[in-house]
Amino acid sequence: MQIVVNGKKEEVKEGTTVATLLKEKKIMMEMVAVELNGAILPRSSYAEAFLKEGDRAEFLYYMGGGNLNE
Amino acid sequence: MLHIREGCYQFMIQDALRRLPNEACGLLSGRKNLAESFFAMKNTEESPASYLMDPKEQFHVMKHIRERNEEMLAIYHSHVASPAYPSSKDVQLAFYPDVYYVLISLQDRSHPVVKAYRIQEGKVREEPFKVAPEESR
Repeated sequence: MQIVVNGKKEEVKEGTTVATLLKEKKIMMEMVAVELNGAILPRSSYAEAFLKEGDRAEFLYYMGGGNLNE
Repeated sequence: MLHIREGCYQFMIQDALRRLPNEACGLLSGRKNLAESFFAMKNTEESPASYLMDPKEQFHVMKHIRERNEEMLAIYHSHVASPAYPSSKDVQLAFYPDVYYVLISLQDRSHPVVKAYRIQEGKVREEPFKVAPEESR
C-alpha cells in the first residue's frame, strides 16, 4: 500500500506500524517526534499505530542543545 | 559552502539578542546552499543554558519549508556566555548530519560571533560560510 512519509510517496507492507516503519528506517524512536495525519502521536502508541493506505506520516528529530556549563 | 542572505544573517543575530538572557533557536532554509528564509523557533526550555524546539512548531515549519520547495539548510542557536562552539549536549542532539549547525556567541554582546559547523557521528567540523548580499530587485 502507498503512504506519504515526509511529503514523499512510499510503499509499505500491510500491517506496518509506525514503530516498524521507524525500525526499517533505522531511526531511534526516542529521538523523533511523529505526526500521523496531522496529529502528533505519543511514543507509547507507535507500536499500535497501524498505517493505512493514503496515510500521511511525518517524523522529525528533536532539535535541542545548549551549553550546560553556563 | 553555506551562503546566508544578509537579511537572514542580521535577523538571526537580532533574534539572539532579543531573546537574552535565554538562548535563541531557529532554522534557515533555502535552495542550493543559499539560506534565504529564516524561522525563529520557540525555545521551550526558556533557558540561558539550553534549548529545545517545540515538535509541533517544527512540523509546521518543516512542511512550510517543503511547500516553498526549499530545504532546511541550518539549525541555529545562541550561546549567551560561551564561545560559538558546539557543547557536548549540542553534539549529542545533532541528528541532522547534512545540515549546518550555526552557533551565535553573545559573550561580547556588542560583537556577536557566528560560526557554522557540520556535526557527523559525534565529530564537529567547522565549515566556512559566506554572507550573501541582498539581491537587487
